[in-house]
Amino acid sequence: MTPKPALLKILDYLSVILLAIAAYLALVFAPTELVMGDVQRVFYFHIGTAWTGLLGFLFAAGLGIAYLVTKNMKWDIVEVAAVEISVVFFLITIVLGSIWARPAWNTWWTWDPRLTTAAVTELIYVAYFMLRAGVEDPERRARFGAVYALLGGLSAPITFMAIRLFRSIHPVVIGAASGAQEKMNMSGDMKVAFFFALFAFTVIFIDLFWNRIRLGQLENKVEQLKLKVM
Amino acid sequence: MTSPPRSSFLQAVAAVVRKDLTAEFRSRELLSAMLVFSMLVILIFNFALELEPSVRKKVTAGVLWTTFAFAGTLGLNRSMAVEKDRGCLDGLLLAPVDRSAIYFGKVISNLAFMLIVEAIVLPMYAVLYNELSIFQPGFLGVILLGSVGYIAVGTLLASMSIQARTRDVLLPILLFPVAIPVLLASVKASSGFLAGAEMSEIWPPLNLLIVYDVIFTAVAFMVFDAVVEE
Repeated sequence: MTPKPALLKILDYLSVILLAIAAYLALVFAPTELVMGDVQRVFYFHIGTAWTGLLGFLFAAGLGIAYLVTKNMKWDIVEVAAVEISVVFFLITIVLGSIWARPAWNTWWTWDPRLTTAAVTELIYVAYFMLRAGVEDPERRARFGAVYALLGGLSAPITFMAIRLFRSIHPVVIGAASGAQEKMNMSGDMKVAFFFALFAFTVIFIDLFWNRIRLGQLENKVEQLKLKVM
Repeated sequence: MTSPPRSSFLQAVAAVVRKDLTAEFRSRELLSAMLVFSMLVILIFNFALELEPSVRKKVTAGVLWTTFAFAGTLGLNRSMAVEKDRGCLDGLLLAPVDRSAIYFGKVISNLAFMLIVEAIVLPMYAVLYNELSIFQPGFLGVILLGSVGYIAVGTLLASMSIQARTRDVLLPILLFPVAIPVLLASVKASSGFLAGAEMSEIWPPLNLLIVYDVIFTAVAFMVFDAVVEE
C-alpha cells in the first residue's frame, strides 16, 4: 500500500486550520447583521457548502461522461467520491438553510424554487447510491452510476427552471429574492468572512475528495484481492 | 441484412414494437394492471382530497398526472421485467441490429401502453367528476408531450433497475426525482388549459416540456448502449 502523500497530509491540517479561521470570521469577526441578527452568521457556511456541493454534482456528471467514453474504472472512483462528499455538503447546506429560515421566514421550510430544487437534487443523489447498492458487478455498477449521474446533472437545472415557472403565480416566494439581495449589500468585514468561507470550504472539499478517492482505490484493491482468493 | 441501413433500423424498431404489442394483446397483463391501478388511485384521491366541485377545478391536473406517473412506473417495470425474466433481453441484444433500435422500440410500445391507459382513464375521470373540459386539444397535447418525456427517461431507467438486485422497488426511486420537471411542467401547462389561461402563460411550461423531451430522448438514445451492454 502506498503511504499517504505528504501533500495530502499538509492539506488535511490546512483544512482543519482553515475551518477554524472561517468559523472565527463568521462567528466573531463579521459584524452582526442589523435586521436578522446573529442567525445570519449561518449564511457564510451555508453558501460555502452549497457552492462546493453543487460544483461537485456537476463535476460528477462530467466524470460520468468521462467514464462512459473511456470505460476506465478510475473515473468511476472519482465520480463516487465527488457525489458522496457533495451529498453530505448539500445536506449541511439544507440544514443550515433551515436554521436560518426559521427566524428569517418564520418557517423551517418553504416550497420556494431554490429549496425545492435542493431537496430534489439531494434525493436524486440518494437514489444514485441506492442504485449502486443494488448492483454487484463493479463494471456494471460503474456504467449505471455514470448514466444516472449524467441524468441527474441534466435534470437538476431543468427542475430549477420548472419550479420557477410553477411558483411564479404564487407571490409567497418573493422572500427568496430578498434573501439573495441581502447577500449583495454585505459590509466589508462580512465580505471577508464570506469569501474566506468559500475558499475554506473549497479547500476542505478538495481534501475530503482526495481522501475519498484514495479510499475508493483501496476498496477497489480489496475487491480484486477478494476475487483472487475465491 | 442487405437492405439499406436506414430502413433496416426502422424495421428493427417496428419489429420490437410489434413483438411487444402482440404479446400484450394476447396476455393483457400489463394494461389491465395499469388500468385497475389507475382507477384505484383516482378512487383514493377522491377520499383523500374530497374532490368537491370547488376543489376539483384546481387539482384535476395534479390528480391525473400523479395517477399517470404511478401507473407508468407499474407499466415500465412490468414491460422491462418480462424481457429480463426468461432471458428475452439477451435474445434481443443478440439480434444484429443497432441497440438504439431496441430502445426506441421499447419506448414506442411503452408509450402506446401509457396512451391507451390515458385514453381510458381520461373519459372515465370526465364522466365520474363531470369534468368535460379536459377534452380540449391543448390539454390532450400536454398529456402526449408529458407522456413522451416520462416514458423516454422511464424506459432507460427501467432497463437499469431490472438489472439491479432491488429491481421493482428501485424504478420509482430512480425515476421520480429525475422526472420532476416533466410532472411540474405538465401539471402547470394542463391546469393552465383547464383554467382557460392566456397562451402567453401556458407557453413557458410547454416549451420546457418540449426541451425536456428533446434533451432526455437524445441523452437516453446515446447512453442506452452503456445500460444494456453485457
